[in-house]
Amino acid sequence: MQEAELAPFTTPYKPVKRSRPLRAILDWHQTQSVAGLAVRYAILLFFAAIFLFPFLWMISTSLKELDQVMRLPPQWIPEPIRWRNYAEATRAIPFWRYTWNTVWLCILGVSGTVFSCSLVAYGFSRIDWKGRDTLFFFSLGTMMIPFPVLMVPLYGIFRDLGWIGSFKPLWVPMWFGSAYSIFLLRQFFMTLPRDLTEAAMIDGCSHWRIYWQIALPLTRPALMVVGLFTFMAIWNDFMGPLIYLTDREQFTLALGLQHFQSKHGGTDMNLLMAASTLVVLPVIILFFFTQKTFIEGIAMSGSKG
Amino acid sequence: MTRKERHSLGEGLLFISPWLIGLTVFILLPAFMAFYYSLCDYSVLKDPVFIGPGNYVDLATDATFWKSLWNTVFFAALALPLGTFLSIGLALLLNTPIFARPFFRTIFFLPSLVPLVALAILWQWIFNGNFGVLNHLLGLVGIDGPDWLGSTTWSKPALVVTGLWGAGHAMVIYLAGLQDVPRSLYEAATIDGAGWWQKTLNVTLPMLTPVIYFNLIMGCIVILQVFAVPYIMTGGGPARSTLFYTMYLFDQAFQYLNMGYACAMAVVLFVLIALLTASAHFLSRKHIYYAGS
Repeated sequence: MQEAELAPFTTPYKPVKRSRPLRAILDWHQTQSVAGLAVRYAILLFFAAIFLFPFLWMISTSLKELDQVMRLPPQWIPEPIRWRNYAEATRAIPFWRYTWNTVWLCILGVSGTVFSCSLVAYGFSRIDWKGRDTLFFFSLGTMMIPFPVLMVPLYGIFRDLGWIGSFKPLWVPMWFGSAYSIFLLRQFFMTLPRDLTEAAMIDGCSHWRIYWQIALPLTRPALMVVGLFTFMAIWNDFMGPLIYLTDREQFTLALGLQHFQSKHGGTDMNLLMAASTLVVLPVIILFFFTQKTFIEGIAMSGSKG
Repeated sequence: MTRKERHSLGEGLLFISPWLIGLTVFILLPAFMAFYYSLCDYSVLKDPVFIGPGNYVDLATDATFWKSLWNTVFFAALALPLGTFLSIGLALLLNTPIFARPFFRTIFFLPSLVPLVALAILWQWIFNGNFGVLNHLLGLVGIDGPDWLGSTTWSKPALVVTGLWGAGHAMVIYLAGLQDVPRSLYEAATIDGAGWWQKTLNVTLPMLTPVIYFNLIMGCIVILQVFAVPYIMTGGGPARSTLFYTMYLFDQAFQYLNMGYACAMAVVLFVLIALLTASAHFLSRKHIYYAGS
């Protein structure tokens, strides 16, 4: 039943197609000229190599001894391979402390965004009230205000609240919704059939229960997208922590990594690359587990003009 | 208003109440304050003093401000077309039934997930003038590479290349857009004897214009706010050749504590973004084909 309910949503944004059966691929190859195919694959492999090479270089450097790092021509496969760089990188900066700080912010931020935005999106789509759509479109318009505009006054506000140097400026606002996520979730809620809500109302269900027990479970895919993107935004965020965090113990991974890089007297490149690899790795792993949500989420956000 | 209407109004407002607070406290209030501060002499240490349009007058004659704006426009003029070509090109390549398509797609997409700080540090190392792998690779094909990040000529192109590595994000959007082009159009074109290139030029690209347009506007807005990558890779140097708009704004606010001045820059930034959106919207009426309208 859930699949059927969601059909009106899933059809308009066609997800990026899965690989076709081998037969179809072979048939298509038959229709192409050999030279055309060769050029096509050559270009693909060329670009694949270019896109991969920075990753390989990062990993390669991260496994070198310091004097190997500066050697020319560079060795792609270090000899010997120095795994110890990773252990040393996590000790050169309080790496696990930074990881915990970032994860904690992600937990607070993602749960706040998912909860507040879905609640607000429900209010903007499943309840009829006067002025609803006007206020919604006004809210959308505020997306045009970029963060640099708000940055200085926000700093003042957070300072008056005594929040500078704490995590609060980075997660508390996320419990009060964000226009973009509200927009995405509202799109989703709009596609749920009206009868669903009305039937539940007749049975004496309150909006709160409909939201919690019917709407939320049905919008799991959209909540995943919002949660995932929020996670990525927090994990990546550099400017926010740079402005609001003052105590080195509270740095996030992004800020800690930059701090490590700009350390007085320079940082050993092999350790810096090892630390960078450790910051990139969780994101890549997350991607492999949530590929479909990722790709569909981006396609969805991009095609809505 | 009937009782029922009043009831649902109350309930609706209750559901959106987090956003009402968030919108007011974290967006509208700071936006108005930014406008007010832009007319003030304000360092965060003292209370703001109203001085009228002085900050804007100073801005108009501030060479560094114009420099940062020029840098940003130059960067956008280079990065946006190249990025668009690359991401559409990759999407077109991936839109045919080739072997190992998911594999290629993943490879092109992954770099766009790399956290910006790590990305900046990695490319700084690649571009390194002495031990950088890029100049080594260029040397293999007989090119004597410059000291990328130490040269006023090559620092911006180097940042553009860094940005191109993330083209996979837009590629995924274009790939989705390509799936929406009706099959019947291709069939009609085939019957008319059009080849792959003609179909791409006359069917695919026109059908893709709304997506391209959306991506270009978003790209402009993002570039006006570019901060983390150049801040880490070059710190704005050499000779301010990579000092971009938002970096200068940040410096004015948090390095020199000229908060009022920074707010004036912020207001100009807002106006620029509003103009961009509006003009792009206006232009789009002429040049964009929207299916079903």
